[in-house]
This record gives sequence, C-alpha cells and structure tokens, in this order.
Amino acid sequence: MELSLLTLIYLIGSVTFIIGLKMLSNPATARNGNILAAVGMTLAIAGTIFLYEDEGKKLGNYPWIFGGLLIGGIIGTVAAKKVKMTAMPEMVSMFNGMGGACAALISAVEFDHLLKASAGIPMASAGDFAPFGHYLTIIAGAIIGSVSFAGSMIAWGKLSGKVKDISFSGQHIVNLVVLLAVLAAAVFTYSIDSAYGHMFFYVTLGLSLLYGVLFVMPIGGADMPVVISLLNSFTGVAAACGGFLYDNKVMLTGGILVGAAGTLLTILMCKAMNRSLKNVLIGSFGGGSAAAGAKKEQGAYKEITLSDTAVVMSYANKVMIVPGYGLAVAQAQHACHELEKLLESKGVEVKYAIHPVAGRMPGHMNVLLAEADVSYDKLLEMEQANEEFATTDVVLVLGANDVVNPAAKTDSSSPIYGMPILDVELAKNVIVNKRSMKPGYAGIENDLFFQPKTSMLFGDAKKVLQDLIAEIKNL
Amino acid sequence: MESVLNWIAEHQQMIYIVILMIFVGIEVIGRVPSVLHTPLMSGANAIHGVVIIGAIIVMGKAESDNYLALILGFLAVIVGTLNVVGGFVVTDRMLEMFKKKK
Repeated sequence: MELSLLTLIYLIGSVTFIIGLKMLSNPATARNGNILAAVGMTLAIAGTIFLYEDEGKKLGNYPWIFGGLLIGGIIGTVAAKKVKMTAMPEMVSMFNGMGGACAALISAVEFDHLLKASAGIPMASAGDFAPFGHYLTIIAGAIIGSVSFAGSMIAWGKLSGKVKDISFSGQHIVNLVVLLAVLAAAVFTYSIDSAYGHMFFYVTLGLSLLYGVLFVMPIGGADMPVVISLLNSFTGVAAACGGFLYDNKVMLTGGILVGAAGTLLTILMCKAMNRSLKNVLIGSFGGGSAAAGAKKEQGAYKEITLSDTAVVMSYANKVMIVPGYGLAVAQAQHACHELEKLLESKGVEVKYAIHPVAGRMPGHMNVLLAEADVSYDKLLEMEQANEEFATTDVVLVLGANDVVNPAAKTDSSSPIYGMPILDVELAKNVIVNKRSMKPGYAGIENDLFFQPKTSMLFGDAKKVLQDLIAEIKNL
Repeated sequence: MESVLNWIAEHQQMIYIVILMIFVGIEVIGRVPSVLHTPLMSGANAIHGVVIIGAIIVMGKAESDNYLALILGFLAVIVGTLNVVGGFVVTDRMLEMFKKKK
C-alpha cells in the first residue's frame, strides 16, 4: 500500500516536472510552472523520507536527514533571496555545482557499499561482485557529477571576477589526456583487487575534478552562459545515473528531462551568438588572434558632454537604449527607467533594444529591466530593433560593446565574426556610455566608437544616468 | 558482452523512459523565447536537484557505525537541498519581476 502510494507520488512528481518545464517556456505561465515543479519536488522528497522501503526496511537516520534538509534549506533560501539581480548567473552556476557534488557524493557512498561486499576475499575486484551496468551508473554519476561541480565552481569564479581566463598552448591536448586518464582510472577501479579499489576510485574522482577545472578554464567569459547551460545538462545526466542506481523513476525522468532540455538550450544559446558548440568549447576567445585584430589603425574618437547629451536626447523624436553588462554592474536599471519616464514626459518615444546575449546570460537584460518596472512591450528583440534603428534619432548604448561591434559583419578575422549584432550605426546619432576605451568582454576593439556619428560619454553607467536626468530636468 | 545485454534486458523499462524523456525534453522547450532563457535554465537547474532523493536514500540506509556513509550522505543531503531550494527560489525571484506589470 505504502509503496504503491510512493509510486503514485513519483509519477505525479515526474508529470509536474514535464508540465512545469513546459510552462516555464512561456512568459505568461512561467512563474506558476516553477511553483508547480517545486510542489512536485516537495511531494517526491516527503514521499521518499516517509514511504521509501528497501527490502522491507524503512529509512532511518531521520535526525541526519532533517538536519541536512534544514541546513541546506536555510542557506539556499538566504543565498537566493539576498543575491543581487546582476549576480544571478553566478548563483545559478553555484547551485548547479551543488547538484553535481550531490551526485558525486552519492556515488562515493554506493561505491563503498560495493567494495564492502568484496572485502576480505583475496584478489576479488569490485567487478566480481557488481554487474558492469551497476558499476557504470555509479562511476558515471561520480565522474559527471565531479566535472559538473568543478566546472560550475570555476564558472562561478569567472563570472564574479575571482578567476581569470587562463589558456596555454596545447591545452586541448592536456585536456584530452586528462579525460583519457579519468576513463583509464575508472576501468582500473572496476577490475583491480578491491584492496586498491578505494584508492583508484578517489583517483578517478580527483582526475574528474581536475578535468572540470581544465574544461572551463580557457573558455572566454562571454561564452560562460553556454558553459553553465551545458554543465546544467551534465548534472541532469548525473542525477539520472542515480535514477538507474535506485531504480527510481522520478530521478530518472527529472534528470534526463533536464539533460535533454539543457542540451537544446545550450544549442539555442549558441545559435543566438551564431557560433557552434564546438567553436565555443575548443576555439577559445582571446589569445593571439584578437590581439592581432586590435593592432589595426584606429582613428580618433570624440567625446560628448553631459549637457550636450541632455539636449540631443530631449529634442529627439525617438530614442533607443541598448543595455549591456555595464548597466548591470553599475546597477543602473532603475536610473535607466527614470530616464525613460522623464524623456517620455517630454514627448520622446523611448524603447530598448535587447540583444539575445547582452549581459552575461541570455535574457539577463530582460530580467534586470523587469526588476526596474520597465514595461514588457518596450523591450524589442534584435530583429525588431534592427528594423527600427533607421527611424531612430539617438541610440544610447549603456555599457554594451561586443553586441554592437560592426566587426561581426565586416571583419572575417574577428573572433566574433558572424555573430548577429544590433545595427546601431543606422541611427542618426549614437552615444556610447562606457567606463573607458577598454575593449569589451571578447577583448576586441570596436570600430563603432571611431565612426563620425558616434560620441563617447565616459563614466559609470548609474552616475552618468543620474547626472543626465538632472541635466534634462534643468533644461 | 553478455552481462551488458543482461543489464539492458533488466533495465529495459528505464531505457525506454530515457529515450522518451530525451524527446520530451527537447519538445517541451523547443519554442522558448530568448527572454526566458535565463529563468528556464535556472528552473531546469532546480529540477535536476531531484538528485536529493538519492541523497536521502543513501543517508537513510547508512548504518550507524558507517561513518563514511553518514558523513558523505549528510553532505549530499545538504548540497542537494541547496540545489533544490536555492534553484526554485532564485527562479521565482526572476519570474516575479516579469509578472508585476500585468
């Protein structure tokens, strides 16, 4: 009775995951979809704690289980509530890493059980006591979980500026060697005398962690969202391994669902940047080629004062704002919305042009501007925006760089060549707000800044916007 | 070879689920607008936190003298919960902002 009830709960859980994910991909239903999946998850967890039986035995160690749930729950809620909207991508990466670590830890305990069965018998290996498939799910969970954990931690460090890009020549070969070593260690763990089993298992774990670090290390910051999405689907697969291990359908459905959806999402993100996944993972940004591109002769750029900007903007018919990461780090979304309202009160039409990969994550800008109450229908997607630039008087670029770099269309040697961009140069005037002339995240120069219709307005996005608002009010 | 075949035969239900779920996963998010990429990734991230169930099983089955299983299992429950709770709360916070202006 209780077991069939648990089966029903797992079934409900699986269905809520599928419907939840479906609802998450539509703006109108997204929030409820998330809540639905959370309810399904809560049911599945509660069901497991109270109803799960293995060979007639219920689960014990309730104090430990509830203690762990309580600690994780409190830390998780506080961290998720406190994180700034700008730091969201890092946070997702961090939580993803935790899931990976969880899968790896489960495998470590299960492997220990496996070895206990063969302990004391001379020359017996783990392989003599476990069918290959059983071992495979354990070790796959351990390897994928560790790679996902280490990779996510590096991605988190990179996005929060704690870890720098490091790439050296021959890195791909080193990575390949480490990956082969992981697989070799996994085979040894299976076939060697169980006295050494533990040692080889931990060697496998250690090498997997190392591989995770090496895997993410050389990938440029601009590609980090793609990597996080990929690691997200890795963790899904690691969770599914647990499903095989315990013959647990809800873990399997949830895991594989995320594995598949995550992989598709990764590809969609690559498409938005017009890059192939292979290109992202192997051809890392920066290094020699970008430096060579930057050497090109550049003309002079011209600066514009705040008061001139204020005049130009208040007498325009139509202003288009192009937000980028600079807006996010400066937390300037509220000031931006204020400027929008002020200009509209003066009869200026204001819209936002959102590049699909503006910021550090696709959709990042939408989330930020939504936080500042910017109305949904003012946000134009790239295609729409590109149609409207020709009728725009002033484009205000706020801390965006690579997404408005014309090199993506004209310079075939540029690392971002082929990426669709916002054609801001079609507008009558372009005002670019940046902190300095330093190149953007991809590390390349931007010809746009040197064009005659472009003026530079240096300074922190938030401060500049606040000053600009004051200037316009004084007009 | 034989053991692999046996394993497949034993787990055929599970393997069917895997294959079908791959298609469901792809189908379900196929038409997501790029606006929702970040929340969707975050929501999917919370869903794979279902791995917590494995952690609870490991923890609940650990014998009281098996310290390795107790400690690792306990850690697994903590990090798994972090993934689930943190994931859903962060996603909700992101989506809350989308909803406000209707």
